[in-house]
Amino acid sequence: MQFWYFLTALTLLSALMVVLSKNPIHSVLYLVFTFFCISGHYVLLNAQFLMAVNIIVYAGAIMVLFLFVIMMLDLRRNMPDSKSNLTKLAGAILGGTLLVILVAVMRKTQFPQFSQMGGKFDTQTGMVENLGQVLFRDYLLPFELVSILFFVAMVGAVMLGKREAGERNF
Amino acid sequence: MQQMQQIPDVIKLIPLNFYVLFSSALFCIGIVGVLTRRNAIIIFMSVELMLNAVNLLLAAFSSYRADPSGQIFVFFIMAVAAAEVAVGLAIIVMIYRNIQTIDVGILNKLKW
Repeated sequence: MQFWYFLTALTLLSALMVVLSKNPIHSVLYLVFTFFCISGHYVLLNAQFLMAVNIIVYAGAIMVLFLFVIMMLDLRRNMPDSKSNLTKLAGAILGGTLLVILVAVMRKTQFPQFSQMGGKFDTQTGMVENLGQVLFRDYLLPFELVSILFFVAMVGAVMLGKREAGERNF
Repeated sequence: MQQMQQIPDVIKLIPLNFYVLFSSALFCIGIVGVLTRRNAIIIFMSVELMLNAVNLLLAAFSSYRADPSGQIFVFFIMAVAAAEVAVGLAIIVMIYRNIQTIDVGILNKLKW
């Protein structure tokens, strides 16, 4: 399972680069790479449906949206001046402390191992067929409500992005 | 196809604790990004990173327990995240149109 460690290190490294890189375009590209690594983890977990959805929705749609917005905003002219070093240090210390606390909490926790599952393990859990049956049998109402959510989000985005009368262009 | 029939090696060899630690690290990287950056778009991307850390942990638990409900939940989280990104980016574009910057240090009118 060397590959798992390699993929994990790659994911964490590219996630760090999202936060650390100065250029927003580089941040977006590193984030796309992070999403592909997470899709690789889904493949290792035998969750093929989530792998496909992650690539299509996140790496495809959402990241293209981010890239378009970055292209629309002229970031080179007003590249935001970074926060003071004290604030950055405080943020890093706070994040690191949270990580230490989480690790300390999880260290003693016993999660059930594979050998304790008792042999009734369904390998087809993450397949499209199985997930589709669960989705349309048990979760039909939330699935339909998501379409209403999308409609509301679309109307909201159009209303927010609409140029008002008399306002100048970009 | 033959490969998909077998129990994946990850589930047999990697303890679930490793996924918990990995997702915690990813989540904390996202938190550090939100706290240390000033560009509103990068803050937004860090939020996406945190969402993905949680998604990965849900998928890992779901696969280890062979329970499809967790993966359905990840699917719904992705749908809500897509809607959230559309509205959030529209808000960022509107902020840029009004004050010509997306530096969150300038948006401090609600601070006092």
